[in-house]
Amino acid sequence: MRNLFAFIAGGLFGAGLFISGMTDTSKVQGWLDVFGNWDPTLAFVMGGAIIPMFFAWRLTKGRAPVVGGTFPTPPEPRIGRNLVLGSVLFGFGWGLAGLCPGPSIASLSYGGIMHWIFVAAMLVGMYVAPALRDRMDRTLDRSVAAE
Amino acid sequence: MEQDWIWGLVGGLLIGLGGAVYLLANGRIMGASGILGGLVDGSGRDTWKERIAFLAGVFLLPIFIFPAYNSVETHVSQNWLIVIAAGLLVGIGTRFANGCTSGHGVCGISRFSLRGMVATVFYIMAGGVAVIIFRHMLGWV
Repeated sequence: MRNLFAFIAGGLFGAGLFISGMTDTSKVQGWLDVFGNWDPTLAFVMGGAIIPMFFAWRLTKGRAPVVGGTFPTPPEPRIGRNLVLGSVLFGFGWGLAGLCPGPSIASLSYGGIMHWIFVAAMLVGMYVAPALRDRMDRTLDRSVAAE
Repeated sequence: MEQDWIWGLVGGLLIGLGGAVYLLANGRIMGASGILGGLVDGSGRDTWKERIAFLAGVFLLPIFIFPAYNSVETHVSQNWLIVIAAGLLVGIGTRFANGCTSGHGVCGISRFSLRGMVATVFYIMAGGVAVIIFRHMLGWV
């Protein structure tokens, strides 16, 4: 059942990304381009997606997931270095190509070779990220300790 | 062009519905970078089937909807250096931050997570700066 539910969720996600136009990189870059010909679509996509999720989070209270187990723990309030640095790096790449992880997968079937190249590079980035993060954490923590 | 926002809203509701199914049925947060990243770095080894099933849905559904459209242009850059650099940044960045537009943006903001909101502010600002630099200053994208 878990896998069927995951497939349905992924299908809704992929269909939504396709229909909303979020696999069109010019619409994403157009939304980020506040000094150019600004495209408001992404704000409607975000707003639309947050509505069902808001109710879903409320429904989790006092219940358990359909397949059993427990719901994710409440959000952590801690804002760390990695959260900020990672988001800046991600945002920079997002603006550069107009693709983020979800739409990059949804557009693989029709976007052409550049989308496959993007996803390949992204997977390499995801693969090296943990080692890179550990290394950076060690270096920075050592320099803090030395002060 | 005038109806773009309506399709944006409809598509957004579907995205949120997908997130709601993943959360209420499986008890998981629908974050594309986390689902992918867990497969790539091995941290999600125990849940690989569920991850693959989710990604199969994301990949396959557009193929079914595609015939209803005459053409779908993604306007992606044809410069492979830009595409590779962007992919690396997105891959590394989302794993450092432990989330992307779906995890921090959609799933985080909807539960009023401070981390999700902070991440969203930073990646949107960085994306805006990237567009200013690479479109308006350098004219690359």
